[in-house]
Amino acid sequence: MKKILTTPISDEEIQSLKVGDIVYLSGTLVTCRDEGHRRVIAEGIMPKLPMDRIAIFHAGPIVQDVEGGWKMISIGPTTSMRMERYEKEFLAKTGVKLVIGKGGMGAKTAEGCKENIAVHAVFPGGCGVIAAEQVEKIEDKEWPEFGMPEAFWILKVKEFGPLIISIDTQGNNLFEANKIDFHKKKEVALKETAQEIVSMIAKS
Amino acid sequence: MPFQLDKKEMMIRTLGKFVDMTSKELPDDVMNKLTELRSKEEKPLAKAIYDVMFENMDKAKKLSRPTCQDTGVIQYFVRTGAKFPYLGQLREILREATIRATKSAPLRLNAVEVFDEVNTGTNIGTDVPYIVWEIVDDSTNVEIEVYQAGGGCSLPGRSIVLPPLAGYEGAMKFVFDTIVDWGINACPPLIVGIGIGTCSNSSALLSKKAMLRPVGTSHPHPKAAAMEKKIEEGLNAIGLGPQGISGANSVMAVHIEGMAHHPSVLGVGVTVGCWANRHGVICFDEHLNYKIISHKGATL
Ligand code: SF4
Repeated sequence: MKKILTTPISDEEIQSLKVGDIVYLSGTLVTCRDEGHRRVIAEGIMPKLPMDRIAIFHAGPIVQDVEGGWKMISIGPTTSMRMERYEKEFLAKTGVKLVIGKGGMGAKTAEGCKENIAVHAVFPGGCGVIAAEQVEKIEDKEWPEFGMPEAFWILKVKEFGPLIISIDTQGNNLFEANKIDFHKKKEVALKETAQEIVSMIAKS
Repeated sequence: MPFQLDKKEMMIRTLGKFVDMTSKELPDDVMNKLTELRSKEEKPLAKAIYDVMFENMDKAKKLSRPTCQDTGVIQYFVRTGAKFPYLGQLREILREATIRATKSAPLRLNAVEVFDEVNTGTNIGTDVPYIVWEIVDDSTNVEIEVYQAGGGCSLPGRSIVLPPLAGYEGAMKFVFDTIVDWGINACPPLIVGIGIGTCSNSSALLSKKAMLRPVGTSHPHPKAAAMEKKIEEGLNAIGLGPQGISGANSVMAVHIEGMAHHPSVLGVGVTVGCWANRHGVICFDEHLNYKIISHKGATL
């Protein structure tokens, strides 16, 4: 059965999630990436939309202007790690419960998720059409001066996902754990590969 | 000369449609490899991601939408005969085709003008589209490869010039470190291009050329071909999986291109392509009859 989170998302729902769980989101999702985070934290300017208990998406969409509004053509996640510097404070300041992006985030965000009862999840990168189809409506746009990819797009989504939980409220961090494993495996693979290649070259 | 103008317009239209199409359909080589890698995954999360990727490709084609929202900076690799009659106009043709595709697809507006750091709003800017010119023979034909260089997959790219003692061992360390430190956010499974040269730019350009080589081909030099296989095995053993979630593989392919180099240095370049590797090859003859090489059965 699909697990669906609906905004406003409760703390209990967030606390029940574990890394590796697959969930979907219905309700309000806003795009907020580099410029948006900088504005909220470094400049201390909040958007008009109250962000308490909603979800944000590290994403830059392709939006087409249509009569009376906009049409979502394609939207997908961008690298979340770029927002690492600001995310913890962002969670504390906004009350956002779900951060969606690509790849993992670091220890500081994991701390922020624990303290503020929030999670980070990934949407598969490069799957912009599926995501766009799950956007029911583009309700509004703030900060248009940032340009199409960076603007604060306010979306109504239905069963948006799959979202894979990558940081939960217990401090588990899927991508950080993977990284340790990848680095261990890299040391072994690199040694073997380098040895073979060096001996291959030496044969001539 | 109205006749000339018509021809120019004809080529702009064809190329505009071709760029539009490449943003929506992945080339055969990439599709085949993704299908193979998908069948090898057993972990539920990795499988779930592949399922979404394939569903997405289906939908992109059906709805005629760009498969990934990051349609990149548009780049062209022109391999031309010296006597292709429209060579002098090709720069303008490529620029115009980019503008057309940006509107028709539509593509994301990804050209930020340098120094002013303002999005041009047209996908065009100083030296964008980026064009690499290569005169390959004396013929009247031209082969044009378009590549949509996304942000996430461009990010890991780098080159280094190693001192002689570091040698191929140092080169391997550079490649493995780059992929493990930076590859996860470039949407694996990746295509890894490695260039071996003297200086940073020659190695970097060769690595791009290597990345663009069709998946499933190997270098004609037997040693280079063996190296490609070995590095591919090594990187796959790390098991980044789709999106770095961990899985059976890391890469779709590893390609190496090289040139003779200065005895006291070894330049190494790495260029990475993401799973949504949008590259396409089209050939024109002097009458502008065209043939699409990368996407079998595609129509414009
Ligand atoms: S790395 Fe490729 S698939 Fe991933 S978001 Fe960027 S362009 Fe799209």
